[in-house]
Amino acid sequence: MNAVAVAALALLSAAAVLVLVRLVRGPRSLDRIVAVEVLVTLLVAGACVAIAVWEYTTFVPVLVVLALLGFIGAMTAARLIEEREELR
Amino acid sequence: MTRLAADGGAVVVATASAVLLLTGALFCLLGALGLLRFPDTASRLHASSKAQTLGVLLSLLGAALRVPLPYAGLLLLVALFQLFTVPVAGQVVGRVAYRTGAVDRSTLVVDELAGRLGPPDPEAAAEPDDTGNGSADEPEDGAGGGRRRES
Repeated sequence: MNAVAVAALALLSAAAVLVLVRLVRGPRSLDRIVAVEVLVTLLVAGACVAIAVWEYTTFVPVLVVLALLGFIGAMTAARLIEEREELR
Repeated sequence: MTRLAADGGAVVVATASAVLLLTGALFCLLGALGLLRFPDTASRLHASSKAQTLGVLLSLLGAALRVPLPYAGLLLLVALFQLFTVPVAGQVVGRVAYRTGAVDRSTLVVDELAGRLGPPDPEAAAEPDDTGNGSADEPEDGAGGGRRRES
């Protein structure tokens, strides 16, 4: 099971690096918002791996908070840049 | 301790969980690759909202198989929550992308929002009806209320 954890976390880390590249590059703020949302989702997936392999059940409430936070953050930021021209 | 898959053998559950976790991580990677490679915001939303959601759902399921039952319920709740929130967030971001002109409208086959939610810049709003000529089965007038009048 440890090998599975290492493989899954390696895949997720590679994904996070790709998302970070998009986060730095992203020509518009919207691309960065989408990238941050994906990054939070990757955190959720990584915490899932930790929960499943090492039984870190204390991470489960953290997952709930992260899922809420990613959603509210993306919504708020998108609505904000819709209103303010200079943030685009 | 009761678990979500209590009656299955431990090896079977562990294998299923491992497969689910690996597949989920792979889909997350594919989603991130799409986010990096796709050309504009609207197509990046495809990668982030579909592949990424499938990946995280598989990961949550793989974790739910191996924890005690209350935690598994909470994990499934998170999965359900993802199913509700990801489409909403994607729709809002896509709508803002359309309104701020982040969508390259020359690449669209059908532009159903043409007269209603157009970007505020004048040159795109000046000719909202020339995109509808290819598939002219619906009149594309700016006033949405007048659509049923002719037919």
